Amino acid sequence: MSVRLPRIVEDVVSRPTWPGTLPRPIERRNIGVDYDTAWTRAPWARAVRRVLVDNVTRPFVAAVAAPKVFGREHLDALDGPVIFAANHSSHLDTSIVVACLPERFRRRTVVAAAADYFFDRPWKAALWSLALGTIPMERTKVNRRSADLAAQLLTDRWNLVIFPEGGRSPDGWGQEFRGGAAYLAKRCDVPVVPVHLRGVRPVFPKGSSSLRRGKVEIRFGDPLWPGEATGHDGREEDARRFAARIEESVALLADEAESDWWSARRRAAAGETPAFRGPDASPWRRAWVLPASARRTRRSRSRTSAKPW
Amino acid sequence: MSPRPGFVLEVDRSTPPTVFWHGEGFRFERLPEGSRVVYPPEPLDGLVDPEASIRHALEHPLGDSAPLSALLKPGMRLTIAFDDVSLPLPPMRRPDIRQRVIEAVLDKAAAAGVDDVVLIAALAIHRRMTDDELRHALGDRVFDAFAPHGLLQQHDAEDPGALVHLGLTDKGEDVEINRRAAESDLLVYVNINLSAMDGGHKSVATGLASYRSLRHHHNVKVLQHSRSLMDRHHSEMHSSNWRMGRLIKAAGVKIFQIETTLNLDMFPSQFNFLQKREWEWSLADRAGFHATRLSLDRTPPRLARQIFQSMLSPYAVTSVQAGEVEAVHDVTLENLHRQQLVYVEGQTDILTMGLPYLCPYNVNSIMNPILVACLGLGYFFNLYRGRPLVREGGVCIMSHPTPWAFNPVHHPSYIDFFEQVLAETTDLVEIEKRYEESFATDPWYIHLYRTSYAYHGVHPFYMWYWCAHALQHLGAVIIVGGDRAAVRRMGFKPASTLADALEMAEDVVGRNPTITHLHAPPLLVADVS
Repeated sequence: MSVRLPRIVEDVVSRPTWPGTLPRPIERRNIGVDYDTAWTRAPWARAVRRVLVDNVTRPFVAAVAAPKVFGREHLDALDGPVIFAANHSSHLDTSIVVACLPERFRRRTVVAAAADYFFDRPWKAALWSLALGTIPMERTKVNRRSADLAAQLLTDRWNLVIFPEGGRSPDGWGQEFRGGAAYLAKRCDVPVVPVHLRGVRPVFPKGSSSLRRGKVEIRFGDPLWPGEATGHDGREEDARRFAARIEESVALLADEAESDWWSARRRAAAGETPAFRGPDASPWRRAWVLPASARRTRRSRSRTSAKPW
Repeated sequence: MSPRPGFVLEVDRSTPPTVFWHGEGFRFERLPEGSRVVYPPEPLDGLVDPEASIRHALEHPLGDSAPLSALLKPGMRLTIAFDDVSLPLPPMRRPDIRQRVIEAVLDKAAAAGVDDVVLIAALAIHRRMTDDELRHALGDRVFDAFAPHGLLQQHDAEDPGALVHLGLTDKGEDVEINRRAAESDLLVYVNINLSAMDGGHKSVATGLASYRSLRHHHNVKVLQHSRSLMDRHHSEMHSSNWRMGRLIKAAGVKIFQIETTLNLDMFPSQFNFLQKREWEWSLADRAGFHATRLSLDRTPPRLARQIFQSMLSPYAVTSVQAGEVEAVHDVTLENLHRQQLVYVEGQTDILTMGLPYLCPYNVNSIMNPILVACLGLGYFFNLYRGRPLVREGGVCIMSHPTPWAFNPVHHPSYIDFFEQVLAETTDLVEIEKRYEESFATDPWYIHLYRTSYAYHGVHPFYMWYWCAHALQHLGAVIIVGGDRAAVRRMGFKPASTLADALEMAEDVVGRNPTITHLHAPPLLVADVS
């Protein structure tokens, strides 16, 4: 039996309906891509974040992922703001990248996060932007506000962690890199450091609600500068081409992670680097050839196996 | 964000119910689909520094007037007249704009060494203001400096010694105004122009006039041809006032006119919902409205009246202009229209309106049935420019409790008018011909007007005449939720609900009528094409 509220209570509690003959004004709410994260870069918020990252995030990442860091020396020569472009297969990626950055970068880094996922509720927006320094990024379409904010922060010498695939891998293989990181690098003339994360998917894959301990490797590649390569026609490299170059660099790091540096280099020189996005085949075949480091096998259930039949 | 202009809403299925004023209360009515609702503009921003704007206006007059400081000389006779308690509505929070302007004028008069200064409340034939009302309007500083010495006076339209006849206009209209004002070296008139009807030559020609003079424009014929009272170029009443004003000027009365306009921020914060459109109400607005409505439904009328009458408006001043009467008034109208004008396309068969608890003649008093009629048919009906909102032969539906109740101190002649005159006839011309003279010259009413706080004996007639244009234009008048006997006494039809009223109206205007609701107050003027 449904309970109906008294009319007067309904009139007060429910929002009035909007006349169909009037256009609804566009409400600019402090949510989603419009969320104002400026407060999270105030000194007090940075101090809180520092405490959280040092005392919560890093111990947590060490406990569940035990990350091994390779290629940190590539960052030694970098001074100004940097864009870290990483592959993306798990929600843990952000925490791992932030936790593994050298301190001088970690203290002044923001993370581009999906506006529709991390900023869809005020409490989520506040939590993630305070804890990890996330900024909202529109991933379904080009958004001037997102781009302007990221560019402004790079200009203000903040580092940016971005996942150019635009979302977590659904099957463990990489996805095409979008042009956002490349565009920002060109616009602000800052280097892009390719980053590869190996073994995160088994720890906390997309769609899972449980963590499983694992061993993660994170590799930083050679910084890539916009404009240091030219296109096929000899013209200056555009953002799309630069994005492809970033993807190739991450693919090289992935090959290196699965084999060794020298073999990966030789394959790269011969143009035989394994496809970052996996084979162009049916889903089961893609799953069949997925590297073991990206698989999460189901645990055997002891109680079930103990049954008499 | 800049204030949004007024607009016309077309009601559809998802339009929330509309607020109707209903005296000291509200009705929440769902209008039929296809109805229109005329919403007023949002309040304009007020002047940042009203005092500076006043000083600037006094020293940079409009028209052929010299700056005020140049007009003030030692030994001169200076009279400052000001609008009475009928403006603004509701009364504004302190400081009242009259206080600010008069203090600025007096500062200059003091600096110029003017000793002979008298302040006059321009009552015409309204009731006298109480000391508290004067103190509220003028501020303590002015009141305490002038009232104890008899220099704060109230115009007496029945004191032969205090009036002077200046002559006849080319239409034969007597011009008789306050002697002190007429014989001063300078008359400064301080206006609050709440609506387009106020100000201009009407200030002196009406506010400081006698019955002998007023009867030339406060009569049935003139008011039937005032279309509308908010459009002075098409108002016979204003034309008469303008003729008189020009005669006053020609007679040598030097007037320095100061006019001020206010925004539409009429209600204090606890009544915020009245300033908003219903579909934009926040939770606080909804809770405030329903709590107010429910509690008022259970409040004794006397207490509800006291609550509403104690309401003070947070009005902001939007403009101040000073100088020669006509030049000043033209700019005032521009400023008023900037705030109040709403464009409306076409007329309607049925005009609905919710009438509030207050009209110009029941400040701190009771809204008796005649004033209900006057507010609805005299004022709200006339809130148009171009053509009336309702077509000729259409129906006007008003919502008000219309109690058969009178304030015997303020409205003694109203009681007799209602009980005796309207019991005989509601016909305007017959009433004017048979009864007006006797009420206007009744010594008891005159005595109460001069010594107590009573409106003049002829005032209820004028309020009835005020409806002349509407009564001539309309096919029927229906009052929703009113005292049935009181409504019938005035020749109108009573209805219990809006739905009933709309059904009754269909008998007059036919099936499937067009309906327009005037969402006021806050005030608006519909510019009907």
